[in-house]
Amino acid sequence: MLKEIFNKPTKWSVMRGLIFKEIDDLIIGSLGIVAFISFFVGGVVAIQTALNLTNPLIPKELIGFATRQSIILEFAPTFISIIMAGKMGSFITSSIGTMRVTEQIDALEVMGVNSLNYLVFPKIIASLLYPFLIGIAMFLGILGGWIAGVYGGFVSSNEFVTGLQAEFIPFHIAYSFIKTAIFGLLLATIPSFHGYYMKGGALEVGKASTVSFVWTSVVIILMNYILTQLLLAK
Amino acid sequence: MIEVKNVEKSFGDSKVLKGVSTVFETGKTNLIIGQSGSGKTVLLKSLLGIFTPEVGTISFDGRIYSELNADEKRALRTEIGMVFQGSALFDSMTVEENVGFPLKMFTSKTAAEIKERVDFVIQRVNLINANHKKPSEISGGMQKRVAIARAIVNNPKYLFCDEPNSGLDPKTAILIDNLIHEITQEYNITTVINTHDMNSVMEIGEKIIFLKEGILAWEGTKKDIFKTDNEAIVDFVYSSNLFKKIRKAQNKGE
Repeated sequence: MLKEIFNKPTKWSVMRGLIFKEIDDLIIGSLGIVAFISFFVGGVVAIQTALNLTNPLIPKELIGFATRQSIILEFAPTFISIIMAGKMGSFITSSIGTMRVTEQIDALEVMGVNSLNYLVFPKIIASLLYPFLIGIAMFLGILGGWIAGVYGGFVSSNEFVTGLQAEFIPFHIAYSFIKTAIFGLLLATIPSFHGYYMKGGALEVGKASTVSFVWTSVVIILMNYILTQLLLAK
Repeated sequence: MIEVKNVEKSFGDSKVLKGVSTVFETGKTNLIIGQSGSGKTVLLKSLLGIFTPEVGTISFDGRIYSELNADEKRALRTEIGMVFQGSALFDSMTVEENVGFPLKMFTSKTAAEIKERVDFVIQRVNLINANHKKPSEISGGMQKRVAIARAIVNNPKYLFCDEPNSGLDPKTAILIDNLIHEITQEYNITTVINTHDMNSVMEIGEKIIFLKEGILAWEGTKKDIFKTDNEAIVDFVYSSNLFKKIRKAQNKGE
């Protein structure tokens, strides 16, 4: 499948439009839900950390530190990707699967269009912008933590910001974006595979979407483990 | 002209096409008829290159499909127009975009030239006030017209239709049949229609091939059907009471 996606490319003037459409559907269209979830989960992480700090010897700066680490290392890249496996992944599987069921893919092939390139390549290119979405998730998650911590009366702004800056390792950002880039490719290709090669009717489109979500999530979790081991373990 | 020579196609242990040979002539409406499971769709998909026969050849005006390289096959496919059973229009596009799609993909025409050609073809299939509608916003009959417009917009040499009037009321079905027939003659296209609708056979069947259990059991014109003694085709055609009565009346007339 992967070889065929890059084989016999679609005319650039057509492909350009398809890429912009996919960026709109997959990336821009996910901004709202990603922003909403990130902001509130960031807030909850800060509150939970604050409520568990019962020992007065532990400084309150830990709230900012814990929020930063949780959001940047795992929540934004991994947790959001699992959510996107449901949102973006099922959209991709069901839209391609419906095209399969209604013979639209056959129509493309009969016309001489490389349907895999036409349908999947723009999604892969759009997925290259996925780290941008995760960057926003990181920012909003930490902002949510700061607002919940400060305005909830759990920590002062100074303490939170000091915690945010404490023991900051820039490579963690790189690690997070490397993971995100790989997850983005998985989010574009696994659901496309399940949609493109599905057989049957409307019921099977639903089943394919579910199977696609499960497999995308499983592969993301496994890749998360492997990448963490490779990039962070000494 | 499309020449089919001794084509055999199997799926697992089941042989669906058993040495089919025939010629689909240019400028004529060629019909493939037969019961469900007789191999009509497999033959049509073999003609389209979706299935590859194990034995035999299919040639398009002398070009043997199995001997063409990938680029030549793609080039040949741009000469093919196809009307699918369910129309297979692209949901995300308007009628105008659907019809203009092959031109946008395979020609270097400007947007204005594409628009001009699309408007012409849409008018030719008698579609009115539908240019900016999505396929889901128009009726089944209109969807078929859009599918026909898309199939002919790039001046194809070969037009394939898979049960083009299925799901349509009898009046619209005849209109669609006649439209395909007119277009075939007007543009001198080799048209192959897969159908089991006897109204289509009697209306537009210039050359008819009848498949039974993967074998070409009969071929001829719509006039020949009334004269033939071939049991297989007689049994198929006159399975409906209406056609039985027509046959009876014709025999009495003779």
